[in-house]
Amino acid sequence: MSAELGAWGVPVAVLAGAIRVSTPFIFVSLGECITERSGRVNLGLEGTLVMGAMVGYGCSYLTGSPWLGVLAAGLVGVLLGALHGFLCGRPRVNDIAVGIGLMLFGCGLAFFLGKPLIQPSAPHLPAIPFGFWSHTPQVEDALRVNVLFLLGVVLAPLVSFALKRTRWGLIVRTVGESAEAARAMGYDVNRVRTLATMAGGFLAGIGGSFLSLFYPGSWNEGLSSGQGLMAVALVIFARWDPIRCLYASLLFGGASALGPALQAVGVTKGYYLFNAAPYALTLLIMVLSSSATRTSADQPAELTVAR
Amino acid sequence: MSQVSPVPTSPAGASGRVPSARPASGRAARTSLLKKFEPLIISSAAIIATLLLFGVFLLLDGLNPLDVYEVMFRGAFGTWFSFQNTLQRAAPLMLTALCTALPMQLGLLVIGGEGALVVGGVSAAVMGLAMQNASPYVVLTGMLFAGAIAGGLWIALVGVLRAYRGVSETISSLLMSYIAIALMNHLVEGALRDPESLNKPATRHIGEVNMLGPIPGLDVHWGLVYGLIACLVGFVLMKRTIFGFAAAMTGGNMRAALLSGLRVRHLMVLTCFLAGAAAGTAGMIEVAAVHGRANASLVAGYGYTGILVAFVARQNPLGVIPVALLLGGIGASGGLLQRNFNLPDASVNVLQGILFMVILVSETLYGKLDLWSFARGATARKSAEAGAVA
Repeated sequence: MSAELGAWGVPVAVLAGAIRVSTPFIFVSLGECITERSGRVNLGLEGTLVMGAMVGYGCSYLTGSPWLGVLAAGLVGVLLGALHGFLCGRPRVNDIAVGIGLMLFGCGLAFFLGKPLIQPSAPHLPAIPFGFWSHTPQVEDALRVNVLFLLGVVLAPLVSFALKRTRWGLIVRTVGESAEAARAMGYDVNRVRTLATMAGGFLAGIGGSFLSLFYPGSWNEGLSSGQGLMAVALVIFARWDPIRCLYASLLFGGASALGPALQAVGVTKGYYLFNAAPYALTLLIMVLSSSATRTSADQPAELTVAR
Repeated sequence: MSQVSPVPTSPAGASGRVPSARPASGRAARTSLLKKFEPLIISSAAIIATLLLFGVFLLLDGLNPLDVYEVMFRGAFGTWFSFQNTLQRAAPLMLTALCTALPMQLGLLVIGGEGALVVGGVSAAVMGLAMQNASPYVVLTGMLFAGAIAGGLWIALVGVLRAYRGVSETISSLLMSYIAIALMNHLVEGALRDPESLNKPATRHIGEVNMLGPIPGLDVHWGLVYGLIACLVGFVLMKRTIFGFAAAMTGGNMRAALLSGLRVRHLMVLTCFLAGAAAGTAGMIEVAAVHGRANASLVAGYGYTGILVAFVARQNPLGVIPVALLLGGIGASGGLLQRNFNLPDASVNVLQGILFMVILVSETLYGKLDLWSFARGATARKSAEAGAVA
């Protein structure tokens, strides 16, 4: 199939992967970035992602509009974010542990409620064929870009701007750097963090809807391979900067596509090892970029996960 | 500079409890009695609250919760047969729970038990296959060591990264779980693959004679005993030895531990090794007593349920035993629920998720149970405030 491209098939497929696989990463990591900037970690985004995928698919199937599905997925994410925020607002409750609980709950609930959705096929999200100029099917395929991807690319600088230059962003950052200072200024720390978690949940839910409504494009229980969890690592790796989150997501998407791409050109050896590539890459970068004696200057001081 | 991590900025950030300004009175005896039973009372209340919440969920699904719970109880503990099934499932849960509970004594949240289980299982299978000519007991001993050491080294690496590079142990252990699963797939699809395993690639079988048999008189394999021993050893180590005291000190206040000269890094790495060894043993049990070979069946979610067990047991190695039985029972009743009520497998996950969150929130209740002094404290506080205003 890719014989005509030869070895060039690999970079093209990696590029395609970078565009296609990275979209959920972009949304989830931007969402997690907002949440972590407020000083809280939501490890439950995996559950949010899977719930978003299920609800998005179901809503698209029932209403016939994939965009309503995306919206519904985002709203479910808001609800789960609110639950996380509420639980973490109680004294002595560990946010990371709540995240693990929410992950179990979200995945379980999605599989439970999504059982009837495995068979029917829902309308998909549209894609824009940027590859129309090419006559090579791989290139055309690689450049069939989903609208959500473009939205994600636009969103990254917007989130960055909102965090850096707006009043709301300043409040979120203040709460994330010093809860005491924020309290002294009269802000309700818990409320700000809950709102930040809800915003993060909204984006993660949308990321989930991409999984079921575009690529792979159906609802089943093996839909997510830990993208929601990876996003947490990704945000640390991107040092809490939305723009760098975008780059990191693209890198991840490309790394995830490496194994299948090599397989397509006949390199089957080590296929399963390449599946580990994005995880190994993250770990390696985290090891190289952290230090035993000091925390990264970019890290929100109230954050517990990346001491 | 020997400091492992920067100082936490908020004093309440650590797990240390804020002492309440309660007047020490003649109620001390009752308070201490209450303290003793506090975890039991609160955990039980949390479990009841979970059943109520899940009951609402079942009601919305058009089922009578009481019927479901009755079947669940029967499926978990009702008959001798089902109880043995529960025990069988509890064994790996005890071990994977230790993988979270032991590092938690130092304040480390390791959630990579699944990876250590997989690595331990594959290593145990390789060892079992390499020792085919030895006698069964030697083979099993070799497998146990291989599984425990491989799992231990896997999580010890997490500890090393945390202690010497400051990499978050939560994230790195999670990433390493995915790497472990990919490694296992690589090996069972390639070098270690049994040519006869067509649909589900697996290693060769370790041989029926080498399998870990049942405990005499029971239909439960010896893995249960491994689990119980590990929990006991974990308890003694963490609550009755100097090592455990040092761990608790580090978990309570890392700076104080460093300033008093404890070798915190060594403690971290060693504890992580022990934690991983426990999860690796769980993998060895799954291979030696259940599957007979290493394949994707090892990735059954024991690692993740183990995290839940550890939290419900409040990270107490001895508390892990009953909680593992409880959650093993819930898992064991899943099939019966499916047959009787047409409830999907995922309903067990929903129940577990609810339980997890309720348990975490119940942490808030600690120290508030003593209603008498709580009420008095409230009045005292009010009058103090009034005094301050005046």
